[in-house]
Amino acid sequence: MNNALHRTWNPYIAGTALGVVLFVTFFVTDHGLGVTGATTSLTAVAVTIVVPNAFGPQDYLAAYARAGANTWIVWEVLGLVIGGFAGSLLGGRFMPKLDGPPRASSSGRVALALLGGTASGFGARMSMGCTSGMGLSGSAPLAAAGFLFLVGFFLAGTMFAMILKPLWRRRQTR
Amino acid sequence: MTVILSGLILGFAFGFVLEGAGFANPECLTGQLRFSNWAVFKVMFTAIIVGAFLIYGARALGLIKLSDIFVPSVYFWGTLLGGAGVGIGMAVGGYCPGTSAVAMASGRFDGFTFLVGIGVGTLLFNAAYPSIHSWIYAQTGPDALTLPHLLRVSPWFILIVLLAALTAIGWMVGADKSLSHSED
Repeated sequence: MNNALHRTWNPYIAGTALGVVLFVTFFVTDHGLGVTGATTSLTAVAVTIVVPNAFGPQDYLAAYARAGANTWIVWEVLGLVIGGFAGSLLGGRFMPKLDGPPRASSSGRVALALLGGTASGFGARMSMGCTSGMGLSGSAPLAAAGFLFLVGFFLAGTMFAMILKPLWRRRQTR
Repeated sequence: MTVILSGLILGFAFGFVLEGAGFANPECLTGQLRFSNWAVFKVMFTAIIVGAFLIYGARALGLIKLSDIFVPSVYFWGTLLGGAGVGIGMAVGGYCPGTSAVAMASGRFDGFTFLVGIGVGTLLFNAAYPSIHSWIYAQTGPDALTLPHLLRVSPWFILIVLLAALTAIGWMVGADKSLSHSED
């Protein structure tokens, strides 16, 4: 019954805060916020730790492996994780669990998250940025690319969400 | 050192706001794609409008030059199909890259699994790259093409249209029901 504690922020206040953080990032670093720049670096570096000469000059990931993981974007994503952890603790929303569609089994949830992540990781390389790096940081300076990304994102996203809708029906428990 | 601190501090603020907005919760994120929850639209569009207002305002005051900040160019098929891939990823897996990291930070194991999937997708892209890069990375139009440039209108006109759209849609859909975060 401590619902007020768990409630998230008003969306317009959260959006304003996000816009201000984004502007400060542009002002300080000359670029916006992102995420998959870091996941791409970390993937490339992790592979080269296991297989030192995994990438040849024709490989997309060769440049990322050469640049290493000590980059602004990797530190930013580490900060993002710490910020999310701090926010969920302070807001009373931290809870270890396997989330996902209510009608999917545990293994189904793991499989869907893995599959969705794969589509997202592949897609974000095609568009050279994800919802943060392209959708948000591209659209704020009013780049046509940012809005084109959002069109593709919402069209394909809503189509697939409609197909998977039955999985998200709430169980009638109370 | 400056790079580390700037990255950590700005990233912290970014993650704190995303989590506060409720974006660690896959029910909230996918609810937008089912049109049952409008928080994603409201937060994203408010952030874009506030960010754009500050960027173009700072430019008008001479504090920032648009040519000095990163403005992405259009690679039509790459940008559009990449956006579709990230959208499908959210519908199927519950998140996008940033929100999966915040979900993991709030204790969600599926957020971690989604991040592992991003690594797999990145490796698949690396494998496909030689055969697809020529058409997905074919640039459309000039470098750093913006909407004001493309449509030959003032950026302030675009901002007013975006603000009007946000106000109208926000008013039509009303306030969202608060999602329970502790049901299990």
